[in-house]
Amino acid sequence: MIMPDRILPAPEPNPETQPYWDAAAAGRLLIRRCAACGRAHHYPRALCPFCFSDRTEWQTASGNGTLYSFSVMQRAPVPYAIAYVTLDEGPRMMSNLVDCDFDTIRIGMKLKAVFKPTEGGLKLPMFTPA
Amino acid sequence: MTIRGKAYIAGAFEHPLRKAPEKSVAQLHAECAKGALADAGLSKDDVDGYFCAGDAPGMGPLSLADYMNLRLRHIDSTDTGGSSYLVHVAHAAEAIALGKCSVALITLAGRPRSEGMATGTAPRPGNPAQPDIPFEYPYGPTLVNMYAMCAMRHMYQYGTTSEQLAWIKVAASHHAQHNPNAMLRDVVTVKEVLDSPIVASPLHRLDCCVISDGGGALVVVAPEVMKSLRRPRVRLRGAGEAPKGQFGGDVDLTFSGARWSGPRAFAEAGVTPADIQYASIYDSFTITVLMQIEDLGFCEKGKGGRFVADGNLISGTGRLPFNTDGGGLCNNHPANRGGMTKVIEAVRQLRGEAHPAVQVKNCALALVQGTGGSLGTRHGSATLILERE
Repeated sequence: MIMPDRILPAPEPNPETQPYWDAAAAGRLLIRRCAACGRAHHYPRALCPFCFSDRTEWQTASGNGTLYSFSVMQRAPVPYAIAYVTLDEGPRMMSNLVDCDFDTIRIGMKLKAVFKPTEGGLKLPMFTPA
Repeated sequence: MTIRGKAYIAGAFEHPLRKAPEKSVAQLHAECAKGALADAGLSKDDVDGYFCAGDAPGMGPLSLADYMNLRLRHIDSTDTGGSSYLVHVAHAAEAIALGKCSVALITLAGRPRSEGMATGTAPRPGNPAQPDIPFEYPYGPTLVNMYAMCAMRHMYQYGTTSEQLAWIKVAASHHAQHNPNAMLRDVVTVKEVLDSPIVASPLHRLDCCVISDGGGALVVVAPEVMKSLRRPRVRLRGAGEAPKGQFGGDVDLTFSGARWSGPRAFAEAGVTPADIQYASIYDSFTITVLMQIEDLGFCEKGKGGRFVADGNLISGTGRLPFNTDGGGLCNNHPANRGGMTKVIEAVRQLRGEAHPAVQVKNCALALVQGTGGSLGTRHGSATLILERE
């Protein structure tokens, strides 16, 4: 069964994360990569959480990933699927699985990013089977 | 420098109420303090150190210390969620070892049940300045679905089953039947756990702990104070703490911070998991127990499901008697923070004051394990090893 859309609360950007939300609103998923150690991380930070360099920069992610884990929240006004997705670029991010039959969700399945509007107009990166 | 043998738990008190709409939160804290001091044989004026966490209304310990009119020379409001009170025992021992205080009071209280809080099923907006909030809250993380993702991954990676998780609830219910204050006193079966509705897949309603009002308190004292008291001597032998988060995106949901806090506590105590006769293990959900049992080394990683099955956690028959008061799963989870009651039941066991039906014979060495926050995002793990002197 495909669930109806639920109302999504808006994220609150700050100066450090505004570009991420601007890109999401335009349908692009950004990740933050460190120019010093080369590793990508999530959620995005000004200082690299691995080597603490401040030479971090935005990079457009492919939007492709693999399902690491999930849970279908049944006890909710509109049931929804929360998930951790392993991005092809490396980091795992929390998200929702949408536009799919929850009974067909399997860990390890290939996913692609979609962008869903929130109450405030900004969009949230979410994932659907690739 | 070690805290081994430097401090004793002289007083412990669990508030008997599980629903307290007619009491204030501050009052519950004070009633717990009074109960623990009476248990120790000490008075309010003996207290010179005070510890509390985020359940205490006010700025750190200031409001409640003032409410109880305590005269203090040491305060600490470390907050690691439900495991805070284990951390407080360790920090109290550190302070006592350094001579900063000699009678440390630790309190916990709250009324989530009376206040109708949707503890486990409603996402909490939090403070948007908390850096993870914008990247998590809009997706609807709740306590249950975050732990459920740990369970889902554990099942995928290690073949753990819902039946095995259910055994943890079954064992807790076997203990709770003997506790007149427990919220859920009926013994349940694996089938009943599996037949209860799914809250967040794969966790059922009976995989979750209770929501209760109430609280508890502990009194940790210096050796010279303990000598003057008539209570059985419960000594802190080792302690470890470890926060765990998402590692910048290298999220791993299959283990808890007990992987680090446990070995630290065992090393300080100079004992091994095989020496432990009783364990209080944080049980916000069944999966919480299973992961910590593995991470503490009671069994190999990934084999927790087999370890907890078939009543292995039931006192009298199982290899590792756990949460003999019924735990958070059946007895009490005051203020949504289960660490305090974990310490209290371990103290009862070491004193020989647990219910006779669940008392571990000649219990001389016990472990207390807590995780606070969320295993699905970030949490603080704490491990204590306590001994009867």
